[in-house]
Amino acid sequence: MREPDKRPRHQERLLALLLLALALFSPPLVIIADRSLPSGLSALPLYLLLVWALVIGLAAWLLEGTPREGDKE
Amino acid sequence: MRNEAVILGAAFGYLALLFVIAAWGDRRASQGRSLIGSPTVYALSIAVYCTAWTFYGSVGRVTTQGASFLLIYLGPTLAMLSAPFILRKMVRIAADQRLTSIADFISARYGKSRMLGALVALIALVGITPYIALQLKAITLSHAVLVSYPNPIELQLAEERFWVDKSFWVALVLAVFIILFGTRHLDASERHEGMVAAIAFESLVKLVAFLAVGVFTVFMLFNGLGDLFAQAGDDPRLRQALDLSAVEGGALGWSGLLLLAFLAFLTLPRQFQVLVVENVDERHLTRASWLFPLYLLAINLFVIPIALAGMLLMEGGDPDSFVLTLPLSAGLEGLPLLVFIGGLSAATGMVIVETIALSTMVSNQLVMPLLLRSPRLGLESRGELRGWLLGIRRVAIVLILLLGYLYHALLGDAYSLVTIGLVSFAAAAQFAPALLLGLYWRGANRRGAIIGLLLGFVAWAYTLLLPGFAQSGWLPSSFIDQGPWGLAWLRPYALLGLEGWDIYTHSLFWSLGLNLAALVGFSLFGRQSRLEQTQAALFTGALRRDAMPASLWQGQTSRGELRDLLTRYLGAKVATRVLEGGRDDQPAPPALIARTERALAGALGSASARVLINSVVRGEALDLEAVLRILDTTSQTLEYNRRLKQKSEELARIGEELRAANERLRELDRLKDEFVAMVSHELRTPLTSIRAFAEILRDGKDLPDAKREQFLEVVVQESQRLSRLIEEILDLARLESGRLTLNPQRLDLAVLARHGLAAVERLQAERGVTLESAIEVEEAWVVGDPDRLAQVIINLLDNAGKFADDDRPRVRLTLSRHKAHYRLAVEDNGPGIAEDERERVFEKFHQIKQQQGGKRRHRPKGSGLGLPISRGIVAHLGGRLWVEPAPTLGGASLIMELPAAPESGEGEEGTGEG
Repeated sequence: MREPDKRPRHQERLLALLLLALALFSPPLVIIADRSLPSGLSALPLYLLLVWALVIGLAAWLLEGTPREGDKE
Repeated sequence: MRNEAVILGAAFGYLALLFVIAAWGDRRASQGRSLIGSPTVYALSIAVYCTAWTFYGSVGRVTTQGASFLLIYLGPTLAMLSAPFILRKMVRIAADQRLTSIADFISARYGKSRMLGALVALIALVGITPYIALQLKAITLSHAVLVSYPNPIELQLAEERFWVDKSFWVALVLAVFIILFGTRHLDASERHEGMVAAIAFESLVKLVAFLAVGVFTVFMLFNGLGDLFAQAGDDPRLRQALDLSAVEGGALGWSGLLLLAFLAFLTLPRQFQVLVVENVDERHLTRASWLFPLYLLAINLFVIPIALAGMLLMEGGDPDSFVLTLPLSAGLEGLPLLVFIGGLSAATGMVIVETIALSTMVSNQLVMPLLLRSPRLGLESRGELRGWLLGIRRVAIVLILLLGYLYHALLGDAYSLVTIGLVSFAAAAQFAPALLLGLYWRGANRRGAIIGLLLGFVAWAYTLLLPGFAQSGWLPSSFIDQGPWGLAWLRPYALLGLEGWDIYTHSLFWSLGLNLAALVGFSLFGRQSRLEQTQAALFTGALRRDAMPASLWQGQTSRGELRDLLTRYLGAKVATRVLEGGRDDQPAPPALIARTERALAGALGSASARVLINSVVRGEALDLEAVLRILDTTSQTLEYNRRLKQKSEELARIGEELRAANERLRELDRLKDEFVAMVSHELRTPLTSIRAFAEILRDGKDLPDAKREQFLEVVVQESQRLSRLIEEILDLARLESGRLTLNPQRLDLAVLARHGLAAVERLQAERGVTLESAIEVEEAWVVGDPDRLAQVIINLLDNAGKFADDDRPRVRLTLSRHKAHYRLAVEDNGPGIAEDERERVFEKFHQIKQQQGGKRRHRPKGSGLGLPISRGIVAHLGGRLWVEPAPTLGGASLIMELPAAPESGEGEEGTGEG
C-alpha cells in the first residue's frame, strides 16, 4: 500500500469527496429530494440510499484505485 | 409458547461460542498469527457502532421520525471519509504515546492533566451507563417478546426478582467474558485480539440476522419491494411517514442530528477503543474508510421495508419489536430465534467494548491517581502492584455492568430505545471540542478544556438528562412544562425561550456552544504550562513528523530504580523486556527513561506514569524547555527550508534575467564600437581624397587649368559629401537621444510628393533614371514636419535611383490611401532585397553589397545612414517605414505609411512630438 502523504492530490480528492458527501446529506439538497414518488411515498429515503452508495463507491474507487496519471506531481 | 429451554440454550450457547472465538483469537495472537491483522476485521470491529439500538430501534424510529434514522449512520460515514485527516492523526498519536482511552487521550493533550482525565472518565460514566442499560433492556424485551408472543408482554421489571430477569444473567456472563478477555494483559494499550475477533464475528451475525428478516419481510410477506411500497402508498396513514416533515425539527433537526452522529462516532468511548486503541495498523484505516460505511448501508437497507410492513400488518404492535414480531406472526420458529441471537450479538458486542473502555478509564483516570496519592500504597515497596491493578480493573468491570443493570431495572420503561441512545450520544459529543480542537489548535489549553467540559456537561444534563428523569417520574412533570419553580425561561427543552427546536439539536446547541466558547475563550486568555505546550506541539504536529523525539530527561536515575518501578507495576517480565539487560547500578540514559514512561503509560495512563517517573528521577526531571525547543526547531527548520528554497529559486530567476541583460549590453557595446569605427571610416574616405587632391594642387604648380579645375571640383564635391555625412550623423545622434526637433503640422503629402519628384527630377535624369509617379489621391492630409518629410521622400527616391537596374533604371512613386493611413511607396526595378536583408537595410551604415563588375561605381555611394534616419523620422511622426518586393517594377519597394490627419483643423496642434 502506498503512503498517502506522498500524494498531495490524493488528499485533496478525499477532502473534496468529504465535502461532496456533506452537501449531499444536508438540508438544501435533502429538501429537494423530499417529494412524492408515484406510489405516494417520499423519495427521500431512496435518494439518501442511492447517494450514500454513490459516495461509498467513490471512496472505494479513490482509496483502492491503482495509481493513475496525475497522482504524482 | 416457544420452548424456553431452546431459547436459553441458544442464547447461552451463542455466548459460549464467543468465548471460543475469543480464546482462539488470543491463542493465535500469542502464536504470532494474528486473526485480526486485516482491514476487513478492523472494519467489522468498528461495526460495534451498531448496537441493539440499531437492530431494534431503527425500525421503531422510522414509524415516528421517518428517514431521520439514516442520519445516525450518515454521520459516521462522514467521519470515516474524514479518517485521513482526523482518525489517522489520533491513531498515530495514541500509538506513539501509548494512550489507552479517550480520557487518557484528552488528558495527555492538555499536559497529562489528571483532573481532565478524571473529568472525562466521570462524564463518560454518567453519560454511557444508560446506554449499557439500554442494551440490557433490549435483551430482556426481545426475550419477553419471543416467549410470550402473541400475548402482549407483561413487564414490570422493578417488581420482578432480578434472578428471573434474563438480562441479569447475560450481564453476569458478559462480566466473566470481559474479565477473561479484556483484562488478560495489564497493558491496556496491548490489543485485546480475542475480544476484537469476537466483536467482528458479532458484527457478521447481526448483519446476517437483519438481512434475513429483511429478505423474509419483502419477499415472503410481500411480493417484493414494489408490492410493499404500493400497499404502503395506498394506506393514507403511511403516505406521509417518510417525508421530511416527519422528522422532528425539520431541516434544522436534520442537520443537528447529522452533526451529533458525526461527533459521537469519534468520541464514544467504545468507538475510540476499536478505532484507535485496537487499531493494529494505521493503513487499515484506508480500507475501513469505505468498507465500514458499506456495512452501515447494508444493515440499513431493509429498515424501511420492515417498518412499513410492520405498520401495515402489526397494527398496534410495539414498533421497536417489529423485527421480531413480523416473523413470529408468520408462525416461523427458526427465524425469530436467529433475530433474537442477532439482537443479542448487537447488544453484547456493545456492552463488551464499552465496558472495557469505561473500566480502563475508571481504573487509570479515577482510581489510580487516588491510590498513587495515598502514601500507604503509592511509592512504598509493596511488592507486586500488578495484581492490584488488574483487580481494580476487574472490580470496575463488574461495577459498571451492575450500574447498567440497576439503571435498566430502575428506570424501566419510561424511555424508548432511541431516546436513551441519543442522550448518550450528546454526552459523548461533549468531548469533541477538546478532542478535535486539541488536534489542530496548539493554543487550546487545559483550563479551557476543563471549564468547557464542565459547562457542556451541565448544559447536557439540564437539557437532556433531567427532563428524562422527569419523564420517568423521578421529577415532577411540571419541570418540563413550566420550568423549575415555574420559571418559564428555564424550561429545559426551551432554554431562554428557544422553542420549536427538537430536543437534541436544542441541547447540542447549548452544550456544545458553551463548551466551545469556554474552551476557546479561556485558551485565548490563559497560559499553558510547559508540559502542555510540549504535548500540544506533539499532538498538532503528529502527522508531520515521522517519529516523535524521545523526551529529553536531564535527571539522574539508575537502571535499578527503573527496574523496581516496572517490576512493581508491570511485573518482572515486562521490566526485563523494557530495560534489555545492563547492570542495575549503571545510570539510565534518557531514552530508557522515556521508554519506561511509555511502558507505564500503557498500563496506568499517561498522567499517573509521569507522576511515577518523577518520583524516581532526581533533579530536574524532564527538560521540557529543551523538548519544546526541539519541536519548535523542527518546525522552524522546515519553515526555513521552505523559504530558503523559495529564495534560491528567486535568485536563479534573477540571475537568468541579469545574464540576459548583460548579454544585451555587450551586444549594444559591440554595436557602438562598430558604429564609431564605421563613422571614422566613412569620414576618412572623403577627407583622404580631399587631402590628396589638395596636395596635388599645392605641389603641381604647372598643372593645366582644365585639370586644376577638375581637381578643385572633386575637392568641393567631397567636402559637400563630408558635411552631408556629418549632418546625417548629427541627425542620427539627435534621433537616438530623442533630441530631434520636429515641427509637426497639417500638410498635404501629395503636394510634398510632387515637390520631392520635382527636386530629384533633374539629378535622376542626369543619371538616366526614368521617374514615374502614380499619385492616386487628390489630397493626402497628414501631420508631419514638412522639411523632414521632404528629406525622407528625397532620400527614398535617391536611394531607389541608386539601386535601379543598370541598363534601363526606373523608379516609380505611388501614393495611395490605405484605411486610415496614407502610403507612399517608392519602387525600383533593381535586383530587389533578399528577405533576410530587409530589416537590415535600416541598420546604420548598412550597405547592400555592390554587384561585382564595377558598373555601379559611377553612381554616388550612400552613407548608409539615410534609411535609419528616415525610419527614425517616420516613427517619430507615428508612421512606419518598411521594405517589400515591388509590385509593378519587380525590384524593391520602400513603403512609408503615415496616419491620416483628422478632418478638421484641430490637427494643427500636431502630435506634440519634439
